[in-house]
Amino acid sequence: MATVIEPTIFELSSPGRRGVKMPASDVPATALPPKNLLRSDLPLPELAEVDVVRHYMKLSKFNYSVDDGFYPLGSCTMKYNPKINEDTCRLPGFLYTHPLQPIETVQGNLALMFEMQEWLKEISGFPGVTLQPAAGAHGEFTGVLMMAAYHKSRGDTKRTKMLIPDAAHGTNPASVGMLGFSVITIPSDSRGNVDLKALEAACDDTVVGMMLTNPNTLGMFDENIEKVVNMVKDCGGLMYGDGANLNALLGIVRPGDLGFDVMHFNLHKTFSVPHGGGGPGSGPVGVSQRLMDFLPAPLVGIIEEGDHETAPLYGFVTPKQSIGRMKAFHGHFGGGLVRSYTYIAMHGPDGLKDISQYAVLNANYLQARLRDTYKIPYDRICMHEFVMEGQFEGSDIRALDISKRLMDYNFHPPTNYFPLIVHEALMIEPTETENKDTLDRFADALIKIAEEAKSQPELLHNAPSTTQFGRMDEVKAARELVLCCWLPENYETMK
Amino acid sequence: MNTPSNLKYTKSDEWFDPATGAVGISDYAQNQLSDIVFVELLVDEGEEVTVGKAIASVESVKASSEIYAPAAGKVSAANKGLSDKPETLNSDPYGEGWMIKIEGGATSDVMDSAAYEKYCEERSH
Amino acid sequence: MTYIPISPAERDAMLKTVGVKSLDDLFDAIPKKHRFPELNLPPALTEMEAAAHLGEMASSNENVREHLVSFLGAGAYHHYVPSVVDHMLRRGEFYTAYTPYQPEISQGTLQAIFEYQSLMTNLTGMEVSNASHYDGATATAEAVNLAYAQFRGKRKKIVMSPTVHPQYREVIRTYSQGMGLEEAGDDASADLEVGPEALMSLIDDKTMLVVVQYPDFFGRIHDYTKLIEDAHAKGALVCIVANPTALLMLKTPASMGADIVVGEAQPFGIPLWYGGPYLGFFTTKKSYVHKMAGRLVGETVDVRGNRSYVLTLTAREQHIKRERATSNICTNQGLLALAAALYMSTLGKQGLQEVANLCYQKAHYAASELSKIDGFGLCFMEPFFHEFVLCCPKPASEVNQYLLDNGILGGYDLSKDYPALQNHILVAVTEMNSKDEIDTLVEILKEMK
Repeated sequence: MATVIEPTIFELSSPGRRGVKMPASDVPATALPPKNLLRSDLPLPELAEVDVVRHYMKLSKFNYSVDDGFYPLGSCTMKYNPKINEDTCRLPGFLYTHPLQPIETVQGNLALMFEMQEWLKEISGFPGVTLQPAAGAHGEFTGVLMMAAYHKSRGDTKRTKMLIPDAAHGTNPASVGMLGFSVITIPSDSRGNVDLKALEAACDDTVVGMMLTNPNTLGMFDENIEKVVNMVKDCGGLMYGDGANLNALLGIVRPGDLGFDVMHFNLHKTFSVPHGGGGPGSGPVGVSQRLMDFLPAPLVGIIEEGDHETAPLYGFVTPKQSIGRMKAFHGHFGGGLVRSYTYIAMHGPDGLKDISQYAVLNANYLQARLRDTYKIPYDRICMHEFVMEGQFEGSDIRALDISKRLMDYNFHPPTNYFPLIVHEALMIEPTETENKDTLDRFADALIKIAEEAKSQPELLHNAPSTTQFGRMDEVKAARELVLCCWLPENYETMK
Repeated sequence: MNTPSNLKYTKSDEWFDPATGAVGISDYAQNQLSDIVFVELLVDEGEEVTVGKAIASVESVKASSEIYAPAAGKVSAANKGLSDKPETLNSDPYGEGWMIKIEGGATSDVMDSAAYEKYCEERSH
Repeated sequence: MTYIPISPAERDAMLKTVGVKSLDDLFDAIPKKHRFPELNLPPALTEMEAAAHLGEMASSNENVREHLVSFLGAGAYHHYVPSVVDHMLRRGEFYTAYTPYQPEISQGTLQAIFEYQSLMTNLTGMEVSNASHYDGATATAEAVNLAYAQFRGKRKKIVMSPTVHPQYREVIRTYSQGMGLEEAGDDASADLEVGPEALMSLIDDKTMLVVVQYPDFFGRIHDYTKLIEDAHAKGALVCIVANPTALLMLKTPASMGADIVVGEAQPFGIPLWYGGPYLGFFTTKKSYVHKMAGRLVGETVDVRGNRSYVLTLTAREQHIKRERATSNICTNQGLLALAAALYMSTLGKQGLQEVANLCYQKAHYAASELSKIDGFGLCFMEPFFHEFVLCCPKPASEVNQYLLDNGILGGYDLSKDYPALQNHILVAVTEMNSKDEIDTLVEILKEMK
């Protein structure tokens, strides 16, 4: 039997224990629905409030978070999440407004959304923005739907190929797959740019468009970006920009100015919405002029112009050839938009540029400090992240071992095994919210680990050794598939 | 690496038995995929397949792969029990791990075991 | 420089290590004519100014706690959230962590999601729950993706009840536009009086999925057992979109034979928040787990023999399966799944049953009193849970405006989505509505001219 460090909430249950009680009913009683419509049993835990608090406190201590320390997970932009955001998004006026309230009663919400649309347009250089998508992948799907709708509206039905660089995030091909398009993989050249010859060969009148992350997942800004954009556009394709790496570009360059047609924002990466252990995110999408009519419905617009005495009346508008609705209601308003709005308002134009400049400085500083110890296959000035190889000549140490050993030095590991075009990739994104001391300690740890890999490789193979939990048996998890638990009294019947 | 000499092999690591029409994945492939946890046959008995058609989908703990028909013809048998025991693909890829049998069996672009072994070796470097 | 902890001297030292003279020199790869655009944005606010500015924006709304008495539901519900929920959500260890890719240092998130999955399977009676989706509407669209993948495109018809939430049906139409699906039943002018068996004639051997709602959009409680038997006989799967609060009282979708049970778990500890973020739950049978999108946590052991949890079956997800994946989903709604788990744990079995009973009792009191008013009546006769359709003597928009003038947020105006229901509003009542509020609603409507 496995050792149980913290029982599940079901195991902690004891029949008859009470947590929070509800008031007694103040209305005359009505008979319940007929018995054949009622459930016979509600097999849920019974605990006292203090038991619940201690259980979740215990669980929280098993986690490593940005509030605990350095979290250089590449492509995830694990920056510090300002505490003021947690207060503003919980203001009663935001918390307790219903999404279907008459617009006259929620002008504060709508003004915030309208301004947010305008700000994101200004930051990205796109004339249209939807706030509806719930996350990056959702925004990406929205973008691909709009690309498909654009070609369809022109009767251009032979376009079925999406060009995607080999360094792309897996969501790109998955989004394309959801529309039944085929994926044409475009290789990278030796400097980490899109291989122009391969691109040229793939560009024809069957191309839907290209999905390009720029800076790409190697952390490289494509040096031929204008050529790439022009080649795709010349064959009638649309340019999709994956905004996962926008933290490198605030006030540096606007994707709209570079000729992109559509891009999703990750408010949970670039604009400080906390990652929440895997969500909720928020994935607004910006589009060029030719895609504006296809934006999801509804958008926030001005219904009646105001003047210097009265504020305008904000409401909802539907684009002419909208692809439709991407989710119920209006996007991740409270947990997403309010936090990001607060963040952008507190930065202004200069503060936003600072973010990207320091994010890029921190990445280049770490790259410079690690260059002599680890192989960096695409070695030039990087943007907000860089990728190095987690392997050494003549050693069986792999990137995974280095990552696990970093936990013993109390750091969160970088992203492993991505992008796929680098062997044993370690993808490092420090973000702008780390100081030089932290970066130095992290670089020192990685240099020390490289020495350990030679002198005491078992330290790496057996890592982590100082954490509460060790490496997990993932094969057992996948083969035995224990995906839920039950109350102790139901265990035998349910299992 | 085990590559029985009575079988033919494809560049996408399927094996094909010209005598019985059976198809599966090679020992090299199961080793590359590591611990296989899911297999789904994508064709039914009686269905016609062409060379290169996806006939099965395989997932391991860290990879996912589609298996393609090495021969054209009619699916005469499918190893339906495989989905309950996906680990069979690791333990017995050429025996209990067979996936389907293809009747008629015109193959194209297949290698003998010596050529396949060389092809695998080249990829390990 | 708001959150950047680097001094000018440190910056200069770092630039020297990198080998460039200035920060601007790091951006030579960017086309010069587009480099460093002037952004036309308002100047930065300090924290104190931002707090005041956001406070003003928030207070220019009329909210359902301080200004309005709400009888509006239609997919988003005003419920009490125990204090414990937000106290725990504010733990930085939870909300500032990423997706638990490194299980050794993410057991808090992983065990919490495993427990959430367990709470949802025990609630719905299903065998498997994923770690959640964006919201109820997208979870329903993912049920369509599952069915499409399950039949590998060989069946391409979905039968959707017109009494599924209109916005959910819209989202399914958006999601499926690349699949070439045939849709049946999604007809707002259909006879809304007939029971779910009316859908049977639409189900055939091309049907991959039947989608119904429980209670339906009008609040009615149907037993879908017969419909499901019929669908199964024809080889189709059935997805029930369920309200989790209603499930605390009503027979489980699993006991009716449902293959997939999804829904919006916002009622479980998540504020109205003007529509999001919410929490889509997704539960199904174990046999469909490989076709299910989204993250999944499973139990295992670590090398030291400790029971522990990992993300499992990850090879079905987009980062490995790429264009062959069922869905492009990466994130779940992790923190909000935690909120739902906290809500269910803190109220516990009895507290949750009390919530469901209060919703039921108050809604029935309201329905009974409202239907006594001259010219008003209940539109449908079937049993209902905490929402019902009220037939009014005037267009719904006029009724709602009149109520709003009297400080009441009326029900959902059904005329927009159902042409036959011009004078009808969908009224929601929860434990938050006191008898006094219900009586006031009745009094005001009595006086409506």
